[in-house]
Amino acid sequence: MTTQLINKSEIAANGKFSKAETVISVNNLYKKFGDFVANDNLSFDVYKGEIFGFLGANGAGKTTAIRILCGLSKPTSGKLNIAGFDGYKDTEKIKKSIGYMSQKFSLYEDLTVVENIRFYGGIYGLSRKEIKLRTEKLVEKLNLEEVKDKLIKDLPLGWRQKLAFSVAILHEPKIVFLDEPTGGVDPITRRQFWDMIYEAANNGITVFVTTHYMDEAEYCNRVSIMVDGKIAALDTPDGLMKTFSVHTMEEVFLKLARGVNNNE
Amino acid sequence: MKRFKGFVIKEFYHIFRDYRSMVILFGMPLVQILLFGFAITNEINNAGIAILDNSKDAVTHKITNKLLSSGYFKLEANLTDYKEIEPSFRKGKIKQVIIFENNFAKKLETENKANIQIIADASDPNTASLLSSYTTNIINKYQVEMMQNQELPMQINPEVKMLYNEELKGVFMFVPGTITILLMLISAMMTSISITREKELGTMEILLVSPLKPLQIVIGKVVPYVFISFMIAVIILVLGFTVFGMPVQGSLFLLLGECFLFIIMALSLGILISTITQTQQTAMMISMFALMLPTILLSGFIFPIENMPLPLQIFSNIVPPKWFIIIIKNIMLKGVGLGYIWKETLIIIGMTLFFIALSVKKFKIRLG
Repeated sequence: MTTQLINKSEIAANGKFSKAETVISVNNLYKKFGDFVANDNLSFDVYKGEIFGFLGANGAGKTTAIRILCGLSKPTSGKLNIAGFDGYKDTEKIKKSIGYMSQKFSLYEDLTVVENIRFYGGIYGLSRKEIKLRTEKLVEKLNLEEVKDKLIKDLPLGWRQKLAFSVAILHEPKIVFLDEPTGGVDPITRRQFWDMIYEAANNGITVFVTTHYMDEAEYCNRVSIMVDGKIAALDTPDGLMKTFSVHTMEEVFLKLARGVNNNE
Repeated sequence: MKRFKGFVIKEFYHIFRDYRSMVILFGMPLVQILLFGFAITNEINNAGIAILDNSKDAVTHKITNKLLSSGYFKLEANLTDYKEIEPSFRKGKIKQVIIFENNFAKKLETENKANIQIIADASDPNTASLLSSYTTNIINKYQVEMMQNQELPMQINPEVKMLYNEELKGVFMFVPGTITILLMLISAMMTSISITREKELGTMEILLVSPLKPLQIVIGKVVPYVFISFMIAVIILVLGFTVFGMPVQGSLFLLLGECFLFIIMALSLGILISTITQTQQTAMMISMFALMLPTILLSGFIFPIENMPLPLQIFSNIVPPKWFIIIIKNIMLKGVGLGYIWKETLIIIGMTLFFIALSVKKFKIRLG
């Protein structure tokens, strides 16, 4: 692949996670809306520091699953453990241990950079001193010194995206959920964004990411592909390509998705 | 609590940074109250009239003078023939023609009866009926005066007194009405818009994923609007008092308390609207059509409820502003205490609880 942004040796260098500590554990999870089964018997584990790709066509049940993992929605049945807490009873504790960033980058456009950081730090219960400290660190790290008092709406998209990610992990969560975080962003910015994801993973934060870009799927430690509410495949990108005897993740994805179409 | 404080501060940033909304928020009460008080008034001053005096005697002169000195009328033309009536209406300057019959004074003396004909331009029915009733009042008054001079054994002396609003000042009706409309608009519309904005921007999801509880989010969103709505209510009351001399006969404390209750009611309505809509635009449309129109048309603010067809009268009972207008009019003009308006107050409390319960239910369904 010539268009690949990060070469594989880099990924290998970053694949430091160990299977010693499970941070997400899902067993026989079902979510039904009436007769419609959105999530059909999902079972998987995600480990500390892992970058876990969560793929699937639109309508395959990805969003439903993420909403359940984040505590926004209750499963119909099945076992669920997030960051060491029970997915039914301890949703409040779970919320404190996870971060979330959506496609829309979720910063307030009419607030300044610093105000956004302060606000999100505040709702996660960070002390004023801590917020100040982390704001300074963040501003320095992202080179935001000159724009820190500017409104978000005056910043370019790439900056917003990086800031949104930094804000999502400001409270140092165990897991960060990224729902199509690179939508509408140019390749260079995407590359820089993935650098940030690796850094977070190296610091022990588990990254749970959905994407439509198949090259990005190859940056993940492991990838699961959802088809029609079920997990159709789960392995390392290399493993998946070997199993389906193809050379790119795109082909893996198409093969799986086509398999569904043939059955219908 | 600290989390909550940060949240409320953020809401105030949103409000104060949106200059256009700010201008609307604080400019609207000023403009509305001044408009209603000065420009759009249902009192009539200096309406153009024409007089066709076929008699031209002492009595008709006296009556004419009485009419013209009342301040309601301005003489635009003296007509000499019936044929001139129609064209002079067409010119549009006059609203009413008053015709004295031949030998007016003589007939009054000999037959004890003489006729005045009033022809009003009823293309504007409200004005027409107001003018003709002003005219008959003035004539009746004159009649009474005349009878007193003649010392007749029996006299009918009707004394009409306009209770609570002796000068029939329109503004006394408009101040309560404007407070109601604005509180409804700001509280319900602004909260529903500000909550749906978070949904539209995707920030609502982030908030729900955060440790903030849904209830904290909702309360945090409405607290700023409680403050602003309350300030606006006070601004209108002060304006009403200073500019138009609108009194507060009853307890100011009770009045503000009732305003507060109504604000909470409107806010819970706004929350309800935001739970059933996804975009700011829909929220605004629903607030406009489902709230503003009934508030203006069916609350008794402009059109008396007693004159409505029965189905609308029944419907008006579920329009919350109807009850609020009754409450504030009673407090401001009649000076009554809670003892007289507890029923209306209870109705509004009941509505508030109903809306809150319904929104909580909707909110839970959406999360489930």
